[in-house]
Amino acid sequence: MSAIFRREFKAFFTSPVGFVVVAIVFLFTGFFFTTFNIYNLSPDLSYVFSSLFPVTLIILPLLTMRLFSDEKRMKTDQVLLTSPVSIGGIILGKFFAAFLAFALSLILMIVFAMIIAFQVTPDWAVIIGNYLGILLVGGLVISIGLLISSVTESQLIAAIGTLAISFILLLVDGLAAMLNVPFLITIVDFLSVSQRYSSFTSGLIAYDDIIFFLSMQALFLFLTARVLDKKRWS
Amino acid sequence: MIEVQNLTKRYGSHVAVNNISFKVEEGEILGFLGPNGAGKTTTMNILTGYLSASSGVAKINDFDVLEQPNQAKMNIGYLPEQPPLYLDMTVREYLDFMFDLKKCKLSRQKHIAEICRLVKIETVYGRLIKNLSKGYRQRVGLAQALIGNPPVLIMDEPTVGLDPKQIIEIRSLIKSLGKNHTVILSSHILQEIEAVCDRIIIINNGVLIADDTASNLAKKNSSDRRLILRVAGEEDEVFTVLNRVPGAKNVTSHGEKESGVFEFSIEPDEDIDIRREVSARISARNWAIMGMQSMEMTLEEVFIALTREQYVNVKPKKGGRSK
Repeated sequence: MSAIFRREFKAFFTSPVGFVVVAIVFLFTGFFFTTFNIYNLSPDLSYVFSSLFPVTLIILPLLTMRLFSDEKRMKTDQVLLTSPVSIGGIILGKFFAAFLAFALSLILMIVFAMIIAFQVTPDWAVIIGNYLGILLVGGLVISIGLLISSVTESQLIAAIGTLAISFILLLVDGLAAMLNVPFLITIVDFLSVSQRYSSFTSGLIAYDDIIFFLSMQALFLFLTARVLDKKRWS
Repeated sequence: MIEVQNLTKRYGSHVAVNNISFKVEEGEILGFLGPNGAGKTTTMNILTGYLSASSGVAKINDFDVLEQPNQAKMNIGYLPEQPPLYLDMTVREYLDFMFDLKKCKLSRQKHIAEICRLVKIETVYGRLIKNLSKGYRQRVGLAQALIGNPPVLIMDEPTVGLDPKQIIEIRSLIKSLGKNHTVILSSHILQEIEAVCDRIIIINNGVLIADDTASNLAKKNSSDRRLILRVAGEEDEVFTVLNRVPGAKNVTSHGEKESGVFEFSIEPDEDIDIRREVSARISARNWAIMGMQSMEMTLEEVFIALTREQYVNVKPKKGGRSK
């Protein structure tokens, strides 16, 4: 697992992909920080975080699209699957590599929090909640991306598919408003990523939200393992 | 070392590998021979744990590939048909990665340097794999298979895409590896199999149709055991002399082929070598043998004969190539 993690993480930054992702997130965080905080003289970082939310949804498929589709296209999956490494180890190695690259792109937020901390005492609960929230959402999108990447050999399809599914998860709230069946509304509410995310942005760190995100990630990683395993059996 | 029992692989209704069983002993070089889509690659993919069999058992060094995959995989070095290379890495990075991936416990620097020397890739060690030629990529693939010094090496068409000089080098490398490794290699190049392998398995349409040494295969499958002889002498007299050779049957004359040289064919009794006797009797009469040739089948002819039979018996199915 650690060998795969190191290779994948390095691969992000030997190709332009990693730099592009980090640069775009830096650009947007810088832009939002300047407009919301500096010009409005506001110490509240949650605007920056919540504006960053759609940006990460769009940018993360770029990190995950290559992970399995390219292995299959280049037949390098043969070397992974015939090495003494479990399928779970392969998937986790790739997951954490993408996750670390994503976390790295959010590092600028720490700098911004420092800048605010020099002037006033910021609301640390909100900052930590926001940070945790966006990392959990990012992890979810990465796990979806891994699943989609494992079912196709085309990077383009992997990226677009991941984007589509992430947007559906985001827009599912709008669906709830149109439904009249109480039973379905409960389900949609339960699945609503943006509702759960918004409680993080106000500094509320609830266990059930954390468990929801972690179990969704585990579910998608598990499905990825099933896809890879199924290929050997069919 | 390698044990395969009743291995079957189905892709839907298509049977890619049909009830194959064989054993490979330690230190043996086994050749897989068969036309395209015969099931060679599928069998190898099952042995290495890349694919799972629909039924049957494959064991490497007594470890079941399915039950104890990690122990079995530790014992295998695999070079697939297309070398599994990450083009964005240098040769050094790639071999380092493979070293970690295989959880190799040998001394890293020394082991990798030794392998590079063996497959002659020291000169490209620092270069990106993307920029290497096909021949060098093949060698890096081979280097990857050798990492960890696994007792079993499985190679799928290892000389494809190499130039003639490289082919000879790789063949002699495989031969020398065979001294302390168990090797399975597949090829559709008959000369290669004949030159390198101790034993040959021929697969066609997923069915194992022959398992023997090259010379035994040729002997067993030769229906034609005639001896063709050209003698400078009198046609009638030579004919009578040849007929008197013990063990010679059905002597026929094919007439004058060069001026004063006649061609005869003799069918010897089974298991009798009549060449010595023929030669002695001809020279005793002061005639000259201008040519003698036994019609024993080459591996190529055996292969064509065996696979043709199968094509007549079994209807060709659509989509022969394995994934």
